[in-house]
Amino acid sequence: MANAILQVENLVKHYGDVHAVRGVSFSVEEGEVFGLLGPNGAGKTTTVEILEGLRTLDSGRVCVCGLDPERDSDALKQEIGAALQATSLPDKMRVIEAIRLFASFYKRQRKPEELLQRFGLDEKRNSFYGQLSGGQKQRLALAMALVNDPQVCFLDEPTAGLDPQVRREIYDVIEELRHDKKTVLLTTHYIEEAERLCDRVAIVDHGVVIALGSPRELKARAGGTTRVEVRLSKPESNGAMKNLEGVVDVREVDGAYVLHSQRPPQTIVSLVKHLESQGNELVSLEIATPSLEDVFIEMTGRRLRD
Amino acid sequence: MKNFVALTRMRVQLAFRNKMFFFFVIVMPFAFFFLWLGLLAKGIPDRCAFYLGPVVAFNVMGSFWGLSAALVLFREQGILRRFHVAPVTASDMLASSIVANYVLTLPIVALELFFARVIFHVPSLGNPITLFLLISIGIISFGSLGLVVASITNTMQETQVLNQLLWLPLIFLSGATFPLAYMPRGVQRFGLFLPATYLVNGVQQAILNAATPWSRYVEILSLSLWACLTFFLSSQLFRWEPEAKVPRRAKLLVAATIIPFILLGVAENMSDRVLREASAALARFDSGPSSARPASLSIPIKPATGKPSGSN
Repeated sequence: MANAILQVENLVKHYGDVHAVRGVSFSVEEGEVFGLLGPNGAGKTTTVEILEGLRTLDSGRVCVCGLDPERDSDALKQEIGAALQATSLPDKMRVIEAIRLFASFYKRQRKPEELLQRFGLDEKRNSFYGQLSGGQKQRLALAMALVNDPQVCFLDEPTAGLDPQVRREIYDVIEELRHDKKTVLLTTHYIEEAERLCDRVAIVDHGVVIALGSPRELKARAGGTTRVEVRLSKPESNGAMKNLEGVVDVREVDGAYVLHSQRPPQTIVSLVKHLESQGNELVSLEIATPSLEDVFIEMTGRRLRD
Repeated sequence: MKNFVALTRMRVQLAFRNKMFFFFVIVMPFAFFFLWLGLLAKGIPDRCAFYLGPVVAFNVMGSFWGLSAALVLFREQGILRRFHVAPVTASDMLASSIVANYVLTLPIVALELFFARVIFHVPSLGNPITLFLLISIGIISFGSLGLVVASITNTMQETQVLNQLLWLPLIFLSGATFPLAYMPRGVQRFGLFLPATYLVNGVQQAILNAATPWSRYVEILSLSLWACLTFFLSSQLFRWEPEAKVPRRAKLLVAATIIPFILLGVAENMSDRVLREASAALARFDSGPSSARPASLSIPIKPATGKPSGSN
């Protein structure tokens, strides 16, 4: 890739007998918001931490901003910003002190005041870290990831555990980064987050990239079908469900039948008729355009949150 | 250097906002100071001079406790991870812990010395250069011991247990709480293998006998070497990540830190220099203007050797 600022080739990492990452490859272009989407334990955080220079790789090759994270760790840290998962600051450190302290570590610095304003932390500038809400702590983490005006920004599960309102606030912040043409590598297990924020997404499962492309391209793999998810009072055979009109694919996931249909109205009519003939009842029915979750289900037979 | 200064400033700032810091670094040392000089020495100037060395050494040694706990807490809470992704090195982090601890401890010790002169009328603080050198090296070396403890323990619980295991022999078998010359022979012999014994003896000799830095070269050099060794090891074993466990092999490496004091202990057991000095100090204390001895010290004196060394 011509403008790849970040390259990963056949990355492998083991923790004892656990194969966390098993040959991951992808590259990220300058100015791109790239997502690693996958369930917990898929190897997303390990991949990111190797790119940040926090962990060593077992085999493969990674390159960030033209630097080797293991060999050029000091130089690399000047060029990247990171909002880590499971990190913290001392409870008695003030917001402004944290930003000033971390800014002082870098050769290139942004003005702390500007970051406070941009991340809506101006009013909390003198508050202790321990007094901040979850959303405010996350906004501070993002502000601190940008103190050095980084070339690449790593955001590891930036909205995990936050309520929907705060999550949307964080989305706005990340969208602003995209407007600013910042390169962002985002890990998430939220479908909405990947679809809304990422230019391209790599879907990761069990340490392997199982699909890669823009959200639109990935969803197109569902073949322009509509997703019809039904729950029934009695089980039906997959074969019977696949014979319904317009249905091209059926999967049973968590006790529900996920049907991909090219003609949803006809599918529903034939479903109702079939259930009547079998003395079965419809418990629930959901119709949706295909999401990245459908791609994941198609590739793994499991839901992303499992 | 810039990172180290910024981190040191942060550590000092955070310490002043911590209630535990006030208790362990200010309240407790002064409580100990007034208890020993006011009650045990009954405020008698010569006796206060005798106890001043151990009291100061006790407070200097205590710094290792808070330093190890703070570092382990930072690691357990994932605070160190955040620093790890910034251009901060393990040496920046460790050296800032040592210097912040020094900056916080030194004024407390200086105040104790000041109060000893003003309130308890201690006749002299002896040789101020020796005193300053030993106190400084003591704060740094015991601070480095705290870093080693933080490096080889995985949880706060483990840290507290190891701190207790180190602290009790350091304060009870070194002369920091009860004069070494009062101890049974076997305990005296064992005490000569402890770094604390050399700090207590050095500070006491600097105050009572105005010992010159040159005459205290054994204490100054041994504690300095120990500080370098413990700091180097802690930087090698430093872990940023809470889940990173220290390998058992690395724990064995820490045993290397006791080598200087094993060698010194063997040499001192052969020469009896420290025990002679401790006995001489106690003999002077006993023959002071008031012969009434503090109640807690009314156990029979068991001099280390028959031949006191005299002053330096």
